[in-house]
Amino acid sequence: MEYTTRLGSLADYDKGKVIPIDDDPKNYVFSNIFEVASQSAPYERVAVAKNFEYVIEVARAEGSSDWYSATHDEFVLSMDGVVEVQFVKLDDPAAVAPPESQGAVKLAGEPAGRKMGRVVLSRGHQGLLPRGAAYRFIAHAPACLMIQTVEGPETVQKWAEICQNS
Amino acid sequence: MAMSETAHQAAASNLPLVMRTEIGAIDNVTGYRTFSAGSFSFARDEYFARITWPEGTHTMPVDAFLRAMMRDVAWGFFYGTVNFDDVIGTVNHYGEVTLFAGRYNDAYHNAGRDREERFPSEVLMPLFKAIMSDWTNQGFDPFAAPMETGAPWGSKNGHNESAITRTRVSAKRIVGLPGDTPLRTDANGFPVNRMFPDLDQSTPIVEPEPGFEGEVWAYNLFDYLSRSDVTWNPSVCSVVGESLFCPTTEEFALPIDHGNDRCEWFITLSDEIDWDIKDKETGKPRAKVITRAGDVSCMPADIRHKGYAKKRAMLLVWENGSPIIPELILKGEAPIVSVTW
Ligand SMILES: [Fe+2]
Repeated sequence: MEYTTRLGSLADYDKGKVIPIDDDPKNYVFSNIFEVASQSAPYERVAVAKNFEYVIEVARAEGSSDWYSATHDEFVLSMDGVVEVQFVKLDDPAAVAPPESQGAVKLAGEPAGRKMGRVVLSRGHQGLLPRGAAYRFIAHAPACLMIQTVEGPETVQKWAEICQNS
Repeated sequence: MAMSETAHQAAASNLPLVMRTEIGAIDNVTGYRTFSAGSFSFARDEYFARITWPEGTHTMPVDAFLRAMMRDVAWGFFYGTVNFDDVIGTVNHYGEVTLFAGRYNDAYHNAGRDREERFPSEVLMPLFKAIMSDWTNQGFDPFAAPMETGAPWGSKNGHNESAITRTRVSAKRIVGLPGDTPLRTDANGFPVNRMFPDLDQSTPIVEPEPGFEGEVWAYNLFDYLSRSDVTWNPSVCSVVGESLFCPTTEEFALPIDHGNDRCEWFITLSDEIDWDIKDKETGKPRAKVITRAGDVSCMPADIRHKGYAKKRAMLLVWENGSPIIPELILKGEAPIVSVTW
């Protein structure tokens, strides 16, 4: 028997659902990352999961993003498409993301520091966004990213729009 | 719900600690040993595990029992409640553990036929490991999907120590970084599972400038997961503080009903996993959750869940490992559902 793995993509996904027996479907905060990414602006970092201060953000990568930095590690997983991530070691990371700040902080312009290198992620590849570095995404065709991070100024929460409400 | 959980926690913490466990003699007919922990006793025969306590007795098919106990052992009693089925299970107090029968089953509990006893974890764990070692015959791997392994039935027939003593993988920062948990390859004994023949095995382009080799890093997570040799066994792959990405591959049925003591999130990365949701305290069915690739769902802190996957599926389990959460939830200072709107 030959098996076929069913992955999702921005263009082709098959969303499931909560079927209540005696419950409120909202308790399951049910959404689909491809749907969320499709319906958001490029690089809008939409929370699809949250547990206290920690979040998982979803973004549609399309073109070049702004530069971001955080005081803690973040991780990015491509769920669809190809995305390049460029890194710069910030000369003064605290000037961008204050030491007590959490989550990704958007830089006002270009980062000042040494080039660290780059990674290019295809679907299923997970990369480190190291603390104290600035990073940006570049995607020549729309891609779907999932980011493991902490809630911050760039985190967009629009649960009523993205979740199964009834 | 919140009230009764609080009451339970108070009662459990007043339980005297039981220190006594015992490994019994070998049965002349089946060849298996019997075991006891406090006033619970465990015996197996050709087909069944039999658990008895002063108020009752319970029978489980031994394959289901071994698959469930294997998870409980591998996960160090895990987060919250590990229900082996609707009757038997454990509650983790992180250092101590409650072994129960019927406590989270309305009929047993309301009739006073339930029992719970609290042990130091380091007392109960060696007993569970001894049961796994004695009752697992050669050729049966309790971590494997049923189509991948032999049968557990019959009288005592050898051992399978290497299968039941696998160590749980836990990245400190991210899989594959120098000094962190290694990638899986054919060469180090992790071939691609038969159900993932079509996954892209490419590696990302990783181009660090000199001096940044330990910071500029990426790997193929889907390929890594396709090479997992176990089912329903989350392992930590990336870490942000207490935020733990614990992906796993799932085939057949989750061997336990997991009643987490905090919210837990699922992101189905491939294929389809269906979940049965029951009330954590009573066991009453509450919902079904059908999840396919890209679906995100939160498991509230007051339920138990069991998953089913006919095709091996990749699941990202997302946990917040903070040790203060169970207490906050019990005190009503943290929500039972992570997000409300
Ligand atoms: Fe769980």
